[in-house]
Amino acid sequence: MKIVYRDKVWELPGNTTVRDAIKKIGLNPESVLAMRDGKLLTDDVLIRPEDIIKLIAVVSGG
Amino acid sequence: MRQHRLALCSEHFLAWVPQQVQRAIERYHMFTPDERVLVAVSGGKDSLSLWDILLRLGYQVEGIYINLGIPDSGYSDISQQKVEQFAAQRNAPFRVVNVKAEYGESIPEVARRKRGRNVCGTCGLVKRHIMNQAACEGDFAALATGHNLDDEVAVLFQNALHWATGYLGRQAPVLPASHPKLARKVKPLIRLYEREMAAYALVRGIDYIYEECPYSRGATTLFYKQLFDQLEQASPGAKQQFYLSFLQARTEGRLLLPEADTVKMGECKRCGQPTTAPELCVFCRLWDAEDITE
Repeated sequence: MKIVYRDKVWELPGNTTVRDAIKKIGLNPESVLAMRDGKLLTDDVLIRPEDIIKLIAVVSGG
Repeated sequence: MRQHRLALCSEHFLAWVPQQVQRAIERYHMFTPDERVLVAVSGGKDSLSLWDILLRLGYQVEGIYINLGIPDSGYSDISQQKVEQFAAQRNAPFRVVNVKAEYGESIPEVARRKRGRNVCGTCGLVKRHIMNQAACEGDFAALATGHNLDDEVAVLFQNALHWATGYLGRQAPVLPASHPKLARKVKPLIRLYEREMAAYALVRGIDYIYEECPYSRGATTLFYKQLFDQLEQASPGAKQQFYLSFLQARTEGRLLLPEADTVKMGECKRCGQPTTAPELCVFCRLWDAEDITE
């Protein structure tokens, strides 16, 4: 599966939860939200090998 | 949401968030349904979501957007466009104050000329003045801003690091109107995590400006937020606990904070807003021709 965040892309094997995948790439699950096909995913959703996950930063605006 | 030991589907989440806001409005006596509320909106996720929620809850709200004239990455243009789009979709009343059109200079311009490089300080001063003036002149019962729990935690942490007891005494969900020309200021999103607000905006389909303000890069509060995200990951509920326990400790008199000196305030000779200065308030002095760095 692919994870996209800002201008970086990570390739990971599938079948991990959203939360675990975010931690695996070194990000804090508290700081991001995950989307798949334009829909928000909860932390416990299992990501499939063919998925492309887009991460969005929680903090914005300043 | 580990902090609440709660997992919700999108339908119930969209109902849960406004319930939390309603609870905060009642618990802290922010305003009643028959009072008119002015909501400060920036085009960001918190303020647009707040506006959406207050409309859904049936409150009498009007938005105010302040165009700061920040040209970098089209920041001001894009954020204004998000606000206009939001309002058009909902037929929601709002007003725009364009700083450059009204006062002659944009925030970056006046900050550069009068206040060294202190853009953020200048921006805060200008926004607060304009919002307050609009709330008072429009006869609104309260001025609402989209500050969320993460915002308050970052500020509380900063105040605690410096033991700024003056600020610690005044940080609250509601600031009552302490002067006839000062509006009551309320923060209805105070109990909501920034992550919950971002999720709300996304699930609700609210189109907000995603980019951070170009001047916020390296801001200390953003750093504190990162620190608290780490703490929260290790200890779910930490942000909530920190802030709510603080409020409780202060209410119960368990914090030794000095008595606030009542500051004598006069009125600015030009705009009539409250000020401690003898002649013109600091806002009006900004627009004067002298290039004095404050």
